[in-house]
Amino acid sequence: MTAVGLVVAQMRRRPLQTVLGVALLALGIATLVFVVVVQSQLTRQLERDARNIDLVVGAKGSPLQLVLSAVYQVDVPTGNVPLATVDLLRGNRLVRQAIPLAMGDSYRGFRIVGTEPAFLELHEAALASGRMWSAPMQAVVGSEVALETGLAPGAEFFGTHGIAEGGAVHEDARYRVVGVLARTQSVIDRLVLTDKASFWHVHEGDAVDEAERRILEAEREVTAILVRYASPMGAAIVPRQINAESRLQAASPASEIARLFAVVGVGIETMRGFAWILVGSSLLALFVTLFNALEERRYDIAIMRLVGASSARVAGLLLLEAWLLAGVALALGLALGVAAVAVVGSWLAEARAFSLSASAIGPAMGLVVTVALAVATLAAVLPAWRAARMDVSRVLAMG
Amino acid sequence: MVLTAQSILHRYGAITVLQAPDFELGEHEHCAVVGPSGSGKSTLLNVLAGILRPSVGSIVLEGDDLYPPAGRDDRWRGRRIGVVPQKLHLLASLSALDNVAIACHFAGTSELAAAPLLEQLGLADRVWAKPAELSLGEQQRVAIARAVVNHPRLLLADEPTSSLDDDNAQRVLDLLLKVAHTARALLVVATHDARIRARFARVIQLERPA
Repeated sequence: MTAVGLVVAQMRRRPLQTVLGVALLALGIATLVFVVVVQSQLTRQLERDARNIDLVVGAKGSPLQLVLSAVYQVDVPTGNVPLATVDLLRGNRLVRQAIPLAMGDSYRGFRIVGTEPAFLELHEAALASGRMWSAPMQAVVGSEVALETGLAPGAEFFGTHGIAEGGAVHEDARYRVVGVLARTQSVIDRLVLTDKASFWHVHEGDAVDEAERRILEAEREVTAILVRYASPMGAAIVPRQINAESRLQAASPASEIARLFAVVGVGIETMRGFAWILVGSSLLALFVTLFNALEERRYDIAIMRLVGASSARVAGLLLLEAWLLAGVALALGLALGVAAVAVVGSWLAEARAFSLSASAIGPAMGLVVTVALAVATLAAVLPAWRAARMDVSRVLAMG
Repeated sequence: MVLTAQSILHRYGAITVLQAPDFELGEHEHCAVVGPSGSGKSTLLNVLAGILRPSVGSIVLEGDDLYPPAGRDDRWRGRRIGVVPQKLHLLASLSALDNVAIACHFAGTSELAAAPLLEQLGLADRVWAKPAELSLGEQQRVAIARAVVNHPRLLLADEPTSSLDDDNAQRVLDLLLKVAHTARALLVVATHDARIRARFARVIQLERPA
């Protein structure tokens, strides 16, 4: 007869209460796991995707939309800006780097982005196989794109007009995959990258003569430009210079995301609060379960005291019971929480938006285990104290 | 002396429920605790069992104070004291075997002794039965096995024959004397049964407190 065996035998005498107590705590833990994992992964991803980008320059419109479309690739672009803007920015002594992005096409829901090799350096992306593009209509695909579509070096595909699936296929513009990127856990994993000239090749068509070619070249545009400042002074001056231009706007990812979080954050904080309320309810439920168990089992506990259990031992058994319940609830709650993260992660993956990984719950584990054990210990303290101070002879006399 | 009880008195609030004479028990001594209803026989056994701290007085078992002033350090109690309560008090959720093994568990002794002991008491084929599936006599033997499995120095039995006929009462007392002898334990039996009292040379007489 082990202590665990003894506790389990006692718990089996009131299965419904035990199951309900465990279920409530498991729900609290699952909600906590979900909120903590989603919030930490999304925050990390938002920070990582915007890392090294001080400013986004694009067409006039919503600055948040510009940031979402150019940095996170989750919204439609605000429009296009002249290619000359890139040169204008590169000529600004307060700008260290200006990386053009040409967007508007996709392949099976994954966005095709025309850019320069500096974009890969910005995201610290490395090739897993193949090589970088060296000419228009050559493509390097992100790891998620490769996994989902099966594209590999040597494969060919046609882009679709628009950033959603179901657009018109550019049947006269065939891309050839020359490389696949290693996983970066950033937005670049979900992109098909190519030289910016590919976009002009796809959308301009062939010029009939030299004069038309010059006109087309003069009218070339890009969708957005990612800017890094050369000095902190840039933050004060460059946005004002850009916004003074009638067709251009400058948006800072940091301030736009802060603005977004000011709105979305309320929802996240509400969910987090809800999770803590559930955990608090679980604490009460577990306390009631243990307290009722103690009241129901006063007689049994008195017998244990009669046959030699010390008061500390009896208190220890109640604590063990609380930990056993919390352990089972923890396992169930983690499984439920991970399943919820996996389901939402698969929805986001289908939408080609952010990626959520159910396997990356490591950082949340410590918090969740600590919370579960603390809840169990708190719930057991009063019943254990009462059990230790029980008047054994009186309880036995009443039994 | 193995057991010394001095100035034992117990009150519930202002009401005195037990006032016991001082007594000592040496090796191989057994005794009966007798007295009218309300004289505190069961209370005295609870005090001797270490589960009811008396309002006044001290119990010393083999040199150890059962209720030390600094608080109750009762971890050794299960190894030295065995109790057969009047109502038997078996755990309903456990089998006969586990009811005995639990005493070993709490005393920190080997549980391997439980099954052979039940066998010796004629319960070899009833070890997995729950208390509700056992007859009163079988339950009583399980309670006795639980009390002696740790070879206690003091074996206490509260009204062990109260619900038994003559033959069975003598049989149970024989069994208690035998296991006490085997375990080399002092046997203290609280009883109002004249048949039992007659079997003991040593008797502690309690009176209803004034």
